[in-house]
Amino acid sequence: MLKSKDKIFTNIYGFKSNDFSSSFKRGDWDNTKKILFLGHDKIIEKVKASGLRGRGGAGFPTGLKWSFMPKIVQERPHYLVVNADESEPGTCKDRDIIRNEPHKLLEGCLIAGFAMRAHVCYIYIRGEFFNESQILQNAIDEAYENKMIGKNSAKSGWQFDIFLHRGAGAYICGEETALLESLEGKKGQPRLKPPFPAGVGLYGCPTTVNNVESIAVIPTILKRGENWFSKLGNDNNTGTKLFCISGHVNTPCNVEEEMGISLRDLIDIHAGGVVGGWDNLLAVIPGGSSTPLIPKNICDNILMDFDNLKSVGTGLGTAGVIVMNKSTDLLEAITRLSYFYKHESCGQCTPCREGTGWMWRIMRKISSGSASSKDINNLLDLTKQIEGHTICALGDAAAWPIQGLFKHFRSEIEEKLNKNKIAAE
Amino acid sequence: MIKESSNDKTKSNYVFVDIEKKEIEKILKRYPKTRAESAVLPLLHLIQKKVGGWLPVPELERAADILKMPYMRVFEIASFYTMFNLKPIGKNLLQLCQTTPCWLRGSDDIKKCIKEKLKINNGETTKDGLFTFLEVECLGACVNAPILQVNDDYYEDLDYNSTKIILNKLENNNSLKSGSFLGRKSSEPKKNSVKN
Repeated sequence: MLKSKDKIFTNIYGFKSNDFSSSFKRGDWDNTKKILFLGHDKIIEKVKASGLRGRGGAGFPTGLKWSFMPKIVQERPHYLVVNADESEPGTCKDRDIIRNEPHKLLEGCLIAGFAMRAHVCYIYIRGEFFNESQILQNAIDEAYENKMIGKNSAKSGWQFDIFLHRGAGAYICGEETALLESLEGKKGQPRLKPPFPAGVGLYGCPTTVNNVESIAVIPTILKRGENWFSKLGNDNNTGTKLFCISGHVNTPCNVEEEMGISLRDLIDIHAGGVVGGWDNLLAVIPGGSSTPLIPKNICDNILMDFDNLKSVGTGLGTAGVIVMNKSTDLLEAITRLSYFYKHESCGQCTPCREGTGWMWRIMRKISSGSASSKDINNLLDLTKQIEGHTICALGDAAAWPIQGLFKHFRSEIEEKLNKNKIAAE
Repeated sequence: MIKESSNDKTKSNYVFVDIEKKEIEKILKRYPKTRAESAVLPLLHLIQKKVGGWLPVPELERAADILKMPYMRVFEIASFYTMFNLKPIGKNLLQLCQTTPCWLRGSDDIKKCIKEKLKINNGETTKDGLFTFLEVECLGACVNAPILQVNDDYYEDLDYNSTKIILNKLENNNSLKSGSFLGRKSSEPKKNSVKN
């Protein structure tokens, strides 16, 4: 279990004030200049050495991502874009960082922006987070007033501006290239990659898009040392992580824990246990709605990190843990996710635009009990036709929860369908 | 998302909402000079707020003029993003999250309460114009589920009875505190939040 001295987010629940002076007392903006004086490349090296993997879902090493930015700024300026379009079902960690620890995020923006030689940072926050955007804007204003950002950021001589940009309700804008399109004033439809944003990003300029949590942990990593961070967690899955535990637990909560904590400890220690006890557990979606669910027998021993979850056919994703006990109608739970993806498909690629609706309709049919196992075969075939055939990962994300459901619960579902059939005859 | 566009194109008797130049300039300043289109989302947010929750066609045309964008591009944006309404809505926009994490914690009870009390379905507005009800997808506050968003504010950790209290207070214009109805500050674990 993570010791309280190793916690990065000491005010994640907002028990203390989020203003500049309180944040300063907690260590934010403390000697930021010293970090910047390490130089662009040294900062990137240290972030690489810390082993930090992106916290937005894909788990790509953050330092490596930064190193893709050109080393010399030519006529096209560099941009840092922070992805605060948090909308993955089960995930609500960035909201707490923004409203309770905004200065950690802003200090991280300056350091990350400086490391990749950017003078401008946009924070793209989801439109529904109106109050959170007000808090963040206040924090930005405070940072300007205290000269931590602006013409001579933290007295380092580096000019750095941070602008807040509110989205308007589109899950797809959490995909990095869709986010850039949206920021350019277009519909949020993902771009083909390559070219990757580090070459051609916002306004055609070199750009790096990072998740809020990835950026907000940077100042602490550099202040306490990359070795401190890399010693936490497991090999290749280092550091601490904010977990969001929702669904059928006694005390749903967000909590910062060490990577690689066991799922059972996470639920029992922090979330007050499964409603009805551990034996009443049916399944868990471990990393936000896009990751396939795992049944109880896997939950018994699984460790919560990228590689361990990958080895059982799912993923850490955003660490949005959705717990479902035996009272859950799993078909309805996944059907609702299918509806979510149908609703959020941007409509650009045919397999996703048509397929998400199709999958939802078959899921509806199955959950209403009028389907046969042929329908299940068709559905699984369809998920394979969508997966990997779209520009972005939304198609995959829509297919995986369904594949996960039938991988682990097909026999139970077929049994139920057969019973219905017999009853109807 | 209320997307059937209003046919009200009677520009002659339409009075534009008052936007100060300063407000527009402040928004435009955030983006490079040649990239005014980037301001389309913040500008539409601003206009929607001033109009009272929706975007009439003449206002979309004006936004296109301000940003020097073709009207169709602005319309495209307004219809793509779910937060923009193209038809008038009630004074209180009730947006109920019905995605899996909220459903697991009983969002169906909230829906039941709204339907019983206000007698409206998804996408409808009450006759007195006080409430519009929308079922929406994940609002991103899953550990505080179920969530009801009323205009800009989140109401969290709800059940049937607390929803009733909210609706009563809104109806009578009484003051109402947003946030958790279990007395949580934000997302900390709290005993007796047991449900089911």
